[in-house]
Amino acid sequence: MIEVEGLTVRFAGVTPIDDVSVVFPGGTCGLIGPNGAGKTTFFNVLSGFVKPAAGSIRAFGDDLLGMVDFRRARWGLRRTFQTEQAIESLSVFENVAMIHEHSKAGRATRRSDVLAAIEYVGLDEPGATVGGLDARDRRLVELARAVVGRPRVILLDEPAAGLPDEETEHMATVIQGIPERLGALVILVDHDMSLVSSCCTTTAVLDFGRLIASGLTTDVLRDEQVIRAYLGTEELDDQVLGAEEHVTEEPA
Amino acid sequence: MNRLLGRGVLVRGAAILALMLVALFALPAWFDTSWIDTFTSVAIYAVVSAGLVVLYGKVGMISLGQFALLAVGTWTGLRLNYLVDLPFPLLLLATGAVTCVVGVVIGLPALRLSGLFLALITLMGAGAITLVLRTLEFPNGGGGFSGHRDSDLGGVVPMVRPSWGTSEVGFYRYTVIVCALVFLLALAHFVLKPGRAWAAIRESEPAALAAGVNITLYKMWAFALASFMTGVAGCLLASQVGQTTPQPFLLTNNLLLIATAMIGGIFTLWGAVVAGVLSKLVPFFLQTEWGVGQYWLTIIFGLGMLQVLLTAPGGIAEQLPKDLANLARLVSRPFRKRPSASKETP
Repeated sequence: MIEVEGLTVRFAGVTPIDDVSVVFPGGTCGLIGPNGAGKTTFFNVLSGFVKPAAGSIRAFGDDLLGMVDFRRARWGLRRTFQTEQAIESLSVFENVAMIHEHSKAGRATRRSDVLAAIEYVGLDEPGATVGGLDARDRRLVELARAVVGRPRVILLDEPAAGLPDEETEHMATVIQGIPERLGALVILVDHDMSLVSSCCTTTAVLDFGRLIASGLTTDVLRDEQVIRAYLGTEELDDQVLGAEEHVTEEPA
Repeated sequence: MNRLLGRGVLVRGAAILALMLVALFALPAWFDTSWIDTFTSVAIYAVVSAGLVVLYGKVGMISLGQFALLAVGTWTGLRLNYLVDLPFPLLLLATGAVTCVVGVVIGLPALRLSGLFLALITLMGAGAITLVLRTLEFPNGGGGFSGHRDSDLGGVVPMVRPSWGTSEVGFYRYTVIVCALVFLLALAHFVLKPGRAWAAIRESEPAALAAGVNITLYKMWAFALASFMTGVAGCLLASQVGQTTPQPFLLTNNLLLIATAMIGGIFTLWGAVVAGVLSKLVPFFLQTEWGVGQYWLTIIFGLGMLQVLLTAPGGIAEQLPKDLANLARLVSRPFRKRPSASKETP
C-alpha cells in the first residue's frame, strides 16, 4: 500500500502536483489523466528525481522520500520510462542481470531469477543484444527489468506506447500477472483506456496537478468529472458552437 | 552459460592468443632494437588509450587530461624509484595507486559536469599538471620532494628496470605482459558488474539511477581505473627511458591522444591497440623509412578524426573488419555468381 499525503511539487511558477492525497491500496492501480496532468512528475517524485515542496509518501510503512534516490531500487522500487531505456549495447540477460545486481536479491539465485524474469515476459533469447531487437521486444526487456529482483512497487509509464493492439494485449496479460506472482504493487500510467480497465482494479485520475477522482476503475471511468477532463465537454461545446457560427456567417 | 559464451568469445580468445604469441616471440626475432623500443612504446600507449576506452567508450565521460596523468605516472615512478628500493612489480602498483588518487581528484568535476564542460575542466587540470611538472622537473636522484638535482654535474643513475627486463628485448616482453594484464583488468571490469553499471550510465543517467546504480561511485570508479592504468603505463615509460625532462609532455599531446584513441576505436580495447600503433609505430615507420616528419601526422590525424566523426564512429578497430568483409564479398562475387546465373538462363 502506498499512502500519499498532501503532495505538492513546484517548479518556478508552475505547480505540476498540487496538494494530492491518495492511497494506492495494492494490486495493479491505474493513474490516468490528460497530458500535463502531473503523472510522470508523480513518478519522478517516487523515483527521487524531483524533490516535493510538501507532503509525504509512505510505501508499505516506509518513508520513501527519506531514502537516497539510488537506494530506492534496492528497497524494491522499479520503474519504466515513456521512452525506451533498455541498454542497447548489452544483451537481454545483462540488461536484466544489471537490475538484479543492484537489488536486495542474493547472488546465488541471480542466474535463475534473471532467466525466469525473461521467460515470464515472453522473451526467448537471453543472449540477444538489445540494440538488435524490435520495439515490442525492447519494451518487454524493460518489463523484465521491472519484475526482477524482488520488487515491491513497480511504476510503469506508458509501457505499451506505440505498440499495435495484439502486442498491447500480450503486455496486458504480463502486467495483470505481476501482483499475484510477485506480490508487488503496480502503478500503471497509460492513455490506452482498454489497457487500464483490463489491468487495474482501482484508478486515480489527475488533472492539472489535482486529484479529481479515485476508486474502483469501473466507477472512475464513468465519473462525469473524469469524462469532462478527458474530453473537455465545456470547451468542446464552445468550440463546436463557435465553429457553427463561423460556418453560418461565411455564406452571408 | 554456453549460450552466452558463444563462438565469438572463442574466436576472440584465439585471436588474442595469436597476437600475444606474435608480439612476444615473432617480433623480437624479426626486428632490431630500435624497432623493439618502438613496440614497447606501442604497448605503453595502448594502455593509455585503453584508459580513454574506459572513460569515454564505456561511461561516456570525456577527459582531456589523460596524457598529463601519464606524465604524473612517469614522475611518480621515477620519484618512488629514487626514494625506496621496491621490487619492480610493487613499484608499478604503487605508481598506479598514486596516479589513481590524482586522477580521481581531476575527475571529481565529472560528478556535476559532462560533455564540453568536463572536457574543458580536465584540460585545465592537465594544464596545471604540465605547469607544475615543468617547475618541479623530473626526479633524477636528487633530494627533497622534487627529487631533482642539476644533472650537468653528471653521475645520474637511470631508473631501474625489472630484473628479467634489463635487455631491450627483455624489457619489451615484460612491458607486453604487464600491458596484457592491465587489459585483462579492464576487460574484467567490462564484463562484470561495473561494466553493466557503466553501460547503464552511458545510456541514460536517470534510468541508471532508477535501476539502483550509485552514479557517483561508478563514475569515480571509472576515473580510478583509467588513472591506475595510465599510472602503470607511466611507470613503464619511466623505466623505458630511464630519465626524462618535462619537454616531451606537451599540453597539446592530451588532444592528440584522444584523437588517436578515437581514430583507433574508442569503444573497444582492440581500438586502444590500434591507437597505440597509430601514435608510436606509424610515426616511427614514416620517419625511418620515408623521412616524413611528425608535423605531417597532425594533419593526417586531423583528417582521420573527421572521417571518424562523419562516417565511422567505431574507428579503425570497428571499420576495418567491416571493410575487409565487404572487400571479400566484392572479390568473391564473380565466383559465386555463376551457379545463380546458370539457373536464370532457361
